[in-house]
Amino acid sequence: MKISEAFQNKPLLIVYICAGDPTPDATPDLVRRLVKAGADIIELGLPHSDPIADGPTIQAAAQRAIAAGMNTDVYFDVAAQADVNVPKIFMGYYNMVYARGPDRFALDCAKSGIRGMIVPDLPPEEAGPLHDACRRYGVDLIFLASPNTPPERLHMIENETSGFLYLVARTGVTGAKSDVLQSTRDLISRVSGDVPKAVGFGISTPEQAADVIRAGADAAIVGSVCVDLIARGEIERLEELVREMKAAIVGAKGKAPIVC
Amino acid sequence: MKCDTANAAAVKFGKYGGLFVPETLVQPIMELAQAYERLRSSDDFKDELAGLLRNFAGRKTPLYHARNLSRELGCKTYLKREDLVHGGAHKLNNTLGQALVAKRMGKTRLIAETGAGQHGVATAIVGANLGFETQVYMGEVDIERQKMNVYRMELMGAEVIPVRSGSRTLKDAINEAMRDWAASFEHTHYLLGTAAGAHPYPTMVRDFQSVIGLEAREQILEAEGCLPDSIVACVGGGSNAMGIFAPFLTDDVRLLAVEAGGRGPGKTDRTADNGASLGYGSNGILHGALTKILQDPYGQILESYSVAAGLDYPGVGPELAYLAETGRVQPKMADDRTAIRGFRALSKLEGIIPALESAHAVGYALSEPRALGEMAIINISGRGDKDLATVMDYENL
Repeated sequence: MKISEAFQNKPLLIVYICAGDPTPDATPDLVRRLVKAGADIIELGLPHSDPIADGPTIQAAAQRAIAAGMNTDVYFDVAAQADVNVPKIFMGYYNMVYARGPDRFALDCAKSGIRGMIVPDLPPEEAGPLHDACRRYGVDLIFLASPNTPPERLHMIENETSGFLYLVARTGVTGAKSDVLQSTRDLISRVSGDVPKAVGFGISTPEQAADVIRAGADAAIVGSVCVDLIARGEIERLEELVREMKAAIVGAKGKAPIVC
Repeated sequence: MKCDTANAAAVKFGKYGGLFVPETLVQPIMELAQAYERLRSSDDFKDELAGLLRNFAGRKTPLYHARNLSRELGCKTYLKREDLVHGGAHKLNNTLGQALVAKRMGKTRLIAETGAGQHGVATAIVGANLGFETQVYMGEVDIERQKMNVYRMELMGAEVIPVRSGSRTLKDAINEAMRDWAASFEHTHYLLGTAAGAHPYPTMVRDFQSVIGLEAREQILEAEGCLPDSIVACVGGGSNAMGIFAPFLTDDVRLLAVEAGGRGPGKTDRTADNGASLGYGSNGILHGALTKILQDPYGQILESYSVAAGLDYPGVGPELAYLAETGRVQPKMADDRTAIRGFRALSKLEGIIPALESAHAVGYALSEPRALGEMAIINISGRGDKDLATVMDYENL
């Protein structure tokens, strides 16, 4: 399924996990369980030694995964094995893409059923070669906008992104936080076009996920809270949380924003 | 100061450099770039910086004719004495410049990374002197190796924050400072210590450090009436090297950039036995720039190694990567043993104890004196008091 098809049934729940954490073998089954619990898109992180956009939770997951033998070749094997009927998205740092070559990387994504790429340290200005490669192989290249992205630049990013626009709910790095609502509302209200909007960074509860949907987002992205449960081996609790999140955002669909 | 650039165009050096940072950092970086662009040509700013460099940092530093070393090398050798800058290293040239930029941008807090502690100390100095709240990220491993510098920073009111992620050394301290900045940019300036990283740092740090080369050029012309055959500088990220090289780029002067050869060319899955990104590295992205880096075939950054903590970095500034590729700068290497030889030789021959980083440049000169020509300048980027314990340990092994 393409990302654009998935967005026909919005609101969506997008779940991030770090591929290879705790082991590469565990990842395909984990992906299947997350989808069964209600995840509409899976963001599969490729661990990097120097994840500058990530907080302690995802940093630790990346270190565990690398220690367990995760690398780019294994990543694509694992991604292909995780055969689910929802879109899978690559998330990882540009040096890992650069080292393989943007063209080969985008091709490997397409071959292993990955429909989109999120590269948090690659702003559109530097993305030329990967953009070309993604177009060539039909992979969406998803860009991020942040609460401090000024209006003209936001407009440029809206035009450059494909699949959806990743709205960073707050400044700083990834990780569970409680103060996402106001900056998210402000940012969503500034997006002018009809590109699907997914909000991530700091969403850790069903209430927060529902709030961003009520604020006008088409999808909520959860990451660190899931990674944390995987680290603690609480997979059933993770499935339960995904079910709760999904129910909360579906329940929030079409509801008027809470005034506060 | 607010700017809205639909396109954040970064200065590049050939294909090297750029702006490979999370979106949240694009705007703070563009604001910094614009502020710097405006200030670099402001007389008022230049006067204030020149005054501080003269009266506070103790510039200009001597260009000293090292007669005994010259005899040993068979080459007339001058030493650019950055070890005499306040704080004990060239680092203050850059921290003063950036702190003045930060002040004029209305920032109230400085953050910095440090490896050996010299840049942290230089940041603590400007923080105390110019009235900033100052926090310095330092890897846990480096805190253990450089306790005295940790205490110096704390004495001057800076808080040293231990970094426990990754290899717990310089590269991780930079990661942590970037993460901090992504949440704190409203009131905080990230004072990067070397001519590496995302635009505009490579340009800005080079410019602030080029006072070294501008002085040296004037001094050598006054002393000799001509330019030297070669200039030798050590390279970690490359700030002292770019500082002394920059004013000589269009001259017929050999520019020798000496990297840390460490224990040799070896590497494992996770580590390299050296810090020689120009010598052993390949193209890749680290800390916001495309440059030469030490990495595995998949793009994971290797943990570097050098006896000199200040050269223990798996990347190098993008301008040096470019100048090495074009052949204008010649990358060289000095391993640990050669650096220790340089450390001892300069101490004994001239009564000058160089930093272990600078000792790489001296050691290279001693091992390849014919590369220097008939007249050379060696940049003594810092003094070696901080390294006495390291050298004692090394010799006891």
